[in-house]
Amino acid sequence: MGMVTLTIDGQKVTVPEGTTILDAARRADINIPTLCFLEGLNNPGSCRVCVVEVKGARNLVASCVSPVGKDMEVTTNSAAVRAARRTTLELILSDHPYECLTCVRNLNCELQALAENMGIRNVRFEGERSKHEPDNSSPSIVRDNEKCIVCRRCVAACEKLQGLKVIAPLERGFDTVIAPPFGVDLMHADCTFCGQCVLACPTGALHEKDDTGRVWEALADPKKHVVVQTAPATRVAVGEALGMAPGSVVTGKMVAALRRLGFDKVFDTDFTADLTILEEGHELLQRLTKGGTLPMITSCSPGWIKYIEHQFPTLLEHLSTCKSPQQMFGALAKTYYAEKAGVDPADIYVVSIMPCTAKKFEAARDEMDSSGHQDVDVVLTTRELGRMIREAGIDFANLPEEDYDAPFGITTGAGVIFGATGGVMEAALRTVYEVVTGKTLENVNLTSVRGMEGIREASVDLGSVTVKVAVAHTLGNAKKVLEMIAKGEADWHFVEVMSCPGGCLGGGGQPIPTNDEVRKARAAGIYSADERSTIRKSHENPAVQALYKEFLGEPLGHKSHELLHTHYVPRGKYRDI
Amino acid sequence: MKEAAPAGCAIADRVDQIIQKHAGRPGALMPMLHDVQAALGWIPEEAMDKIAEALDIPAGKVYSTVTFYTLFSTRPTGKYIIRVCESAPCHVEGAAAVMAELERQLGVKPGETTSDGRFTLEYTSCIGICGVAPAIMVGDQVHGNLKPDMIAGVLAQYE
Repeated sequence: MGMVTLTIDGQKVTVPEGTTILDAARRADINIPTLCFLEGLNNPGSCRVCVVEVKGARNLVASCVSPVGKDMEVTTNSAAVRAARRTTLELILSDHPYECLTCVRNLNCELQALAENMGIRNVRFEGERSKHEPDNSSPSIVRDNEKCIVCRRCVAACEKLQGLKVIAPLERGFDTVIAPPFGVDLMHADCTFCGQCVLACPTGALHEKDDTGRVWEALADPKKHVVVQTAPATRVAVGEALGMAPGSVVTGKMVAALRRLGFDKVFDTDFTADLTILEEGHELLQRLTKGGTLPMITSCSPGWIKYIEHQFPTLLEHLSTCKSPQQMFGALAKTYYAEKAGVDPADIYVVSIMPCTAKKFEAARDEMDSSGHQDVDVVLTTRELGRMIREAGIDFANLPEEDYDAPFGITTGAGVIFGATGGVMEAALRTVYEVVTGKTLENVNLTSVRGMEGIREASVDLGSVTVKVAVAHTLGNAKKVLEMIAKGEADWHFVEVMSCPGGCLGGGGQPIPTNDEVRKARAAGIYSADERSTIRKSHENPAVQALYKEFLGEPLGHKSHELLHTHYVPRGKYRDI
Repeated sequence: MKEAAPAGCAIADRVDQIIQKHAGRPGALMPMLHDVQAALGWIPEEAMDKIAEALDIPAGKVYSTVTFYTLFSTRPTGKYIIRVCESAPCHVEGAAAVMAELERQLGVKPGETTSDGRFTLEYTSCIGICGVAPAIMVGDQVHGNLKPDMIAGVLAQYE
C-alpha cells in the first residue's frame, strides 16, 4: 500500500493511503474531538463534531470519514472549525436535559466532556425539546431517550457486534427515536440484555438498572446475613471505576472494600466456576460416551442464553444444562453454606458483583429458585460496585490486599479465566484431559483457544478420542456457529459462546470506556491472575472436592441436578415474550 | 392509487406472494415494502415480521425503514392519502392555510383518516414541484398553486 504525506496543523504526517484524517491526526498525537464516531463500529460522519479545515475544500470536512490526500493541508483547530463545533454542540445541547449533576454518567459522559473542552458557557438556541418517558421495563437496562443524542452508536453495537437490531432509529428528523420496533418496551423485545449498547452510549441515555439502593438496605438490616460473590472479570476492571489503569488486578483490594462496605462474607464466583467445570466436563463426557446432543454448548453467559432462546429455539438441546456459576453460587449459598454456617436460608441475602447487565435478568428468571428462595437476590454491575465504594469514601487504591472467606473463596486459576473468551473452554479441557487420560497435563496454558479472533477452533487428543472444540464471542459470531450446527456442517464436540467481545471482561456491566485497548489490558490481567494461582485445575480445588464429599455426592448426581442444572425456554421475537 | 385486495385473500397470503416475487434479489426490502403498501394501503406488523423472516434481517431494521419513509404507513389508511408538502417553498406560499382548510373540511388532524375511510391526511417532505407551491398530492395526483378556497373543488374530484 502506498504512503501519503500530508500536513496537519503544520506538522508533516506520513500514513498509509486510505487512512482517515482523524486517524492520521491521532497518529501524530493531534486529538480531534469526536462524538458519533466509535472505533471499528460507527462512523456515519453525521454529528460534525470532528470537522476540520482542508485547504482548497469548499466546506469543512468530517475527519472520521475523509481519507487523507497527497500534500493535503489540514487545520484541526482554526476559528472556523471551532465555531462550527461549538454550533453543533450547542444545537445538540439545546435538546438535552441539563441534569448532569444527577445523571448516572456524571463525569463519565462524552457530551459533558466535549461541552467542557469546547468551553461552552451558554447555549444560544432555544427550541422544541424531545419528550420521552424512560423505559424501566427490564431488570437489566434502562432507556432514557430524553438523554439520547441519536448518534446511533448503540444501534451499531447491537447490529455489528451482536447481529441484532433490538433498538433501531424509528421515524425521521426531529422525531427520530432509538427504540425497539412496534412500540414495544425492552422487556418485550428480543433483547439479550448484553449491555453492549450501554458501553457504546456516550451519554446517560442507556444505563444499567441501578440496584445499589437495595444492597445498601440489605447491608443495614441486622437480621440479614449478606454474602457477596465476585465474578472473575470484575477483579481486572473495578479498579478502572476508581481511577486505576485498565486491567489492574485488584482482587485483594476488592475483597477488602467489600468487607468495609459491610458484607458478612466475601466469596468468589471463581469457586462455582470451578464447580461448573466439574459438572459441565462430566456432562460433556457423558454426551460423548453415552450419546447426547453434540456439540454441547456452554451456558454461562446469560445474554447468550436469551439470544438462543429467542433466535434459535430449536437448538436449545445443544446447551449444557449447567446453570451459570452465578446461579450455582446462589443455590449453594442458601443450602450447603446455610447448613454449614448455621444460618436460616431465609435470612441469607446473596449479592453478585458481575461484569454483566444480563446477569440481572438471569437472577430474576422464574426457575432460579432451586434453594427454595430466590437463589441470587441482587446483581450489581462492576460500575455499580465502583459507585458504592466511592459513596462509602473508601480509599480504594490504598486498601490492603485481603483474602476471600472460606469455603467459597477457595479457587483456582481455571476459575479466573472464565472472565476471558476461551477461558471456560481452556478450564474444561484442563480437567477433561486429566479425567479421561488419567495423565497429568504438564502445560496448562492451552493458548490455541485464547485470543481475540471471533471464532477459534482447536482439537485436543484425549487418547481414545480427539475432542474438537470451537470458541466464539459476540452474538454475531455465535449466529455463524449456530447456522453451521443447524446445517450439519460442524463437527465440533464442544463449543464455548460468550455474548460480549473478549468474553466477560468486555461485558456490558464493565466500566466505561470498554474498547479494544482496554479489553486487551483486562485479558492480560486475567491470564496473569491465572499464572499466579497455586492451583490451576478446577478438579484440584480442595473446597470443591469437599463440597462433593460433604454435600453433592458426585458430578451430575441427584443433588447436582436439583441445584446446579436448569432448563431453557423457547421464546418468540416480539410481543409474545 | 392502491389495488383492492382480492376477495377471500388473507393479508398473509398477499404478503407471501409479494415476498416470493422479490425473494433472492439484492435490495429486496424496499420493493417488498412498496408492494405491500400498494396492495394493502398500509404495512401491518404481520407483514413486517414475514419480510424480516424472509430476508433474515432483524424486524427492527424493517420497522426502522417503514417509519423513516413517509410513503409507508404503519396504520390502515383511507382510500386516498392527501400529502401536504411541508418544505420551505410551500411553507412560504401558504401551505399552513391549505392544511388548515383540509383539516376543517375533512374533520381530521394530520395522521388521521376520515370516518368514511375516504381520506388520510398527512404531511410530506418536498415533492419536487416547488414551482407551483403550495402543493399537495392526493393519491398519486398532484395539485399546485393552491388557495384555501380551492380545496373543496379538489376534494370533490375524489370519490
